[in-house]
Amino acid sequence: MPRLCLRVMLRAENLSKRFGDLVAVRPMDLAIPAGGVTCIMGGSGSGKTTLLRMLAGLLAPTTGRIWFDGHEITALSERELFRLRRRMGMVFQYSALLNSLNVYENVAFPLKEHTDLPESVIAKVVAMKLEQVGLRGTEHLMPSELSGGMMKRVAFARALVTDPDVVFFDEPTSGLDPISAGVITTLIHEISEHTGMTAIVVTHDVHAGLAIADHVLIMWQGEVIARGTPDEIRASRDPRVRQFIEGRPDGPIPFSRSRTPYWEDLISRTGAPR
Amino acid sequence: MTAILGRIGRMALGIVARAGDLLLLAMQSLALGLRPPWRLRPFMEQLYAVGVGSLVVIAVTGAFTGMVLALQGYYTLAKFGSESLLGAGVALSIIRELGPVLGAFMLIGRAGSAITAEIGVMRVTEQIDALAMMAVNPKARVVLPRLVATTLALPVLVAIFDAVGILAGYVVGVDLLGVNPGAFWAEIQAKTTGEDLNEGWIKALVFGFLIGAICTWMGWRAKPTTEGVAAATTHAVVLASLAVLIADYIMTSFFL
Ligand SMILES: Nc1ncnc2c1ncn2[C@@H]1O[C@H](COP(=O)(O)OP(=O)(O)O)[C@@H](O)[C@H]1O
Ligand SMILES: [Mg+2]
Repeated sequence: MPRLCLRVMLRAENLSKRFGDLVAVRPMDLAIPAGGVTCIMGGSGSGKTTLLRMLAGLLAPTTGRIWFDGHEITALSERELFRLRRRMGMVFQYSALLNSLNVYENVAFPLKEHTDLPESVIAKVVAMKLEQVGLRGTEHLMPSELSGGMMKRVAFARALVTDPDVVFFDEPTSGLDPISAGVITTLIHEISEHTGMTAIVVTHDVHAGLAIADHVLIMWQGEVIARGTPDEIRASRDPRVRQFIEGRPDGPIPFSRSRTPYWEDLISRTGAPR
Repeated sequence: MTAILGRIGRMALGIVARAGDLLLLAMQSLALGLRPPWRLRPFMEQLYAVGVGSLVVIAVTGAFTGMVLALQGYYTLAKFGSESLLGAGVALSIIRELGPVLGAFMLIGRAGSAITAEIGVMRVTEQIDALAMMAVNPKARVVLPRLVATTLALPVLVAIFDAVGILAGYVVGVDLLGVNPGAFWAEIQAKTTGEDLNEGWIKALVFGFLIGAICTWMGWRAKPTTEGVAAATTHAVVLASLAVLIADYIMTSFFL
């Protein structure tokens, strides 16, 4: 019953981001409820990662303010932000494991930094998290010895090892084989259900997203064009939303980004593009 | 004319802004070092990488520098019949000038470029962001240990450079060219003052800090692409070498 959750975990007002002339995220207001899975979906280049990085406090917005559980992160000092980050975790698109540390040390890293737990306890916690992602027995491997999918699962274990209140996921299933992708999406769903963790998942995988989400935001060209429960999204009549969830190449969302018609481009082209 | 002045002005402003950004990163990192949590391991790792890693190349450079100084010095001094001054000539040139400067150059090539590349790669692969998301300040964990390591390692490396250089000068001057061994050492003792030694180690300390500050900053601000990191690495080497030469001139004029 996600509709009954009244506590807002993340809130943003008039949030936007420009990179030079490019508007990556258009001014938007957001409220992400505490608990449950919120999926931010959209085609590549629609501004999902940019939005996620701003919400996590990794990227300064061009305009707007962000509150994390009532703390305005856009106004915090660096020190206060780092203190607040102990309540966050993040799984990066390309895993971002520390490449000088092995799997065990990577997963244990947040615990060693922020707790005084004895090594024996840390070892048990790490073993449990690695078991959850199906990687127990790989403790001694270095990141360079892992496949992309394995790295992602190690990153997943690392983000969960301190039991954070909010975990940000950037494309958690891209680059994974179907079984690993299924394991990861099921895990996100189960952990958020059992622990009350708030999961914010950015993905272009419509089926996985709609399957695990309690709330969905659909982005298009830096804008949120639809929001609601998965059922509301499935029932949406917005042609852009329909095209996106049905994965059709034709429709209001152009597959090609170019504004000149294809034929015109071919006829007028006499040399290499400048 | 005003256009040209405007461009020069903008360029100057750009340089000042970057220098400010560079110093800010170094100062922020140092300030973070004053506060807990303190972790010894990253510092030990960096001291080992920077110091021990540069040891051989510094010693070899020192040896050849001492040898060539002895050859050239002998050639000049022999014209005045004062070969006995060779030891002092070699020692003073190395301690006051060549030890710190050539030692700094070797540190830039051996450790400084690696620092820029490492930090740049950590930026590209989002390891810097991952540290931040794990509530570990990357300025404290990544920048500070490297800055401290170059600053502390260079004076020690320069001392080794000096010792090896003077010994190599002795071998060439005394064993090959026939300078009197007693005169060689006696002149070093007579002509080298505490001030000469101070000039040497203070220069080394300042150069070490400059190298650390410049090379960490270049990696920190590298454009987060493969080409960006490659460019930052070569720029770091050029910029750090220039900074060392300029600082050397300023400090030498101060000490004389
Ligand atoms: N650091 C950056 N500098 C310049 N442009 C960027 C940067 N990051 C993202 N962009 C641009 O912003 C837009 C949105 O990117 P992104 O948020 O990564 O999209 P998504 O994650 O939905 O694929 C893209 O057009 C991308 O090229
Ligand atoms: Mg993305």
